[in-house]
Amino acid sequence: MTTTDAPAPAPGRTPVPAPRDTLARRGSVYLSSHPRARLALLLSAPLFWLGLVYIFALAALLITAFWSVDSFTGQISTEFTLDNIITVVTGSLYQTVTLRTLGVALAVTVIDVALALPIAFFMAKVASPRLQRALVVAVLTPLWASYLVKAYAWRSVLSQDGILEWLISPLGLHTPGYGLPATIITLSYLWLPYVILPIYAGLERVPDSLLEASGDLGGSTWQTMRLVVLPMAMPAIIAGTIFSFSLSLGDYITVNIVGGASQMLGNLVYTNVGAANNLPLASAIALIPIVIISGYLFLVRRTGALDNL
Amino acid sequence: MRLSRAARVTLGALTALILVIVYVPLFVVLVNSFSTSTSLSWPPPGFTLEWWRRAFSSAGALEAVLTSVQVASIATLVSLVLGTLISLALQRFSFFGRDAVSLLVILPIALPGIITGIALNNFFRTIMGVPLSIWTVVIAHATFCIVTVFNNVIARLRRVGTNLEDASADLGAGVWTTFRLVTFPQLRSALLAGGLLAFALSFDEIIVTTFTAGSGVTTLPIFILNNMFRPNQAPIVAVIAVVLVLVSIIPIAIAQRLSGSEQQRR
Repeated sequence: MTTTDAPAPAPGRTPVPAPRDTLARRGSVYLSSHPRARLALLLSAPLFWLGLVYIFALAALLITAFWSVDSFTGQISTEFTLDNIITVVTGSLYQTVTLRTLGVALAVTVIDVALALPIAFFMAKVASPRLQRALVVAVLTPLWASYLVKAYAWRSVLSQDGILEWLISPLGLHTPGYGLPATIITLSYLWLPYVILPIYAGLERVPDSLLEASGDLGGSTWQTMRLVVLPMAMPAIIAGTIFSFSLSLGDYITVNIVGGASQMLGNLVYTNVGAANNLPLASAIALIPIVIISGYLFLVRRTGALDNL
Repeated sequence: MRLSRAARVTLGALTALILVIVYVPLFVVLVNSFSTSTSLSWPPPGFTLEWWRRAFSSAGALEAVLTSVQVASIATLVSLVLGTLISLALQRFSFFGRDAVSLLVILPIALPGIITGIALNNFFRTIMGVPLSIWTVVIAHATFCIVTVFNNVIARLRRVGTNLEDASADLGAGVWTTFRLVTFPQLRSALLAGGLLAFALSFDEIIVTTFTAGSGVTTLPIFILNNMFRPNQAPIVAVIAVVLVLVSIIPIAIAQRLSGSEQQRR
């Protein structure tokens, strides 16, 4: 580093000139000797953003759930009422849709983990480095194709004159058509890369030496999997399930595209914000997935899964 | 690990099978973009380039791409700055409430998109009285993009340690100089990878976008959603899809080259 006003370097050793005493220098000295000030400076902007935009908005959503809409004027009345909460908790429509949404989210999560485990294990522990890189690309590429396009593709695949019917009708089988099975298939497809990638990253961190040690000590392949690989990969697997579970819980567009007449919680929220313009009721419905996913995050917080997201 | 040959072959076959299934829908879209049928029927009755010509002369589609690029660029910039700041704070300091802050970063993607969407919709419209516009979309996108930058940068910070920064400080460099000449160069490829992911996430987002976009704001996913069910537009959507997949190969290749060159350095 040279500065224009520094003296020409003399042969031999030259003393380093003392930094000039500018305001920036003083600030820098202050910061380097006060880690708390450094931390405050680093955190202020992101915390201001996330606190104001996100936490404040979430808190406001919670409060809105206790408001109501005047049925004559359509204006929001800010008087405290439990009506929306009671409607959502006791209404049979909401109970049915909540159970259906939970069922879809659980099914999608189970399918995705079942598909992701072998492929992630093959990528991390069996494939050569070259093949490994190629597989990462192969898994990532569909992730970059638009969500809507993939859902639309499944609509086309599953339609009565689509490729699936064309492939399996000679076998006497038929496409499930549009409905809940189609929703589960499509959502599993959409979130699969989000589940494969954390599990792959987790399995890569399992040292090969441990697997060899297990083999040397007489462990069969199955025992090694169950007693060494699975426990070590568990946080990564749970991290993957957070994605598939949460993304399914809030989805309403895929259901619209391939779900036939079935509705999920997202659809109810969407219709109450858009068509019905009943934001307080929509907020109350939105509390259901918040409660479910918060409960799930609370359960898995000790497993270290949150560091694997 | 000494897997038996049978186990290796089974795993390989399963992997291949899953990948085939993963690519079938994308292949169907590719074929449909050339089909003379507008109703997604299989096998296609005939082939035409008409949809490709119409897609490239569709003003709505091009405008939507432009809007999406604008939104994604600004959201990525904001999330790069905020994500880097917060990962420096969480990696280099231990303080009261550290776990709460890291949960705060994860929350926007851990909670379903519809929650983020309705919360921000309510925040802008009812609480703040701000009309929805392109800027409300940018703010919403930046909020959930922070986490991808954060993840990449904090992983890098963990790996590089603080030796070089300490040396720089010992040699008299100020806080800013150390960041500019030592920390930032070490983070550069992590920032690029995180930024690419953030851009992709924003470019493809539909649920939060529908709740935060003003009436005149049409991002590409909104355009696709609006046109998907119009019989004469559906094949154009297929063309857009194919182009998106082809274009996405560029960032994937860049990201792979980055991680490849990194593995060599290690």
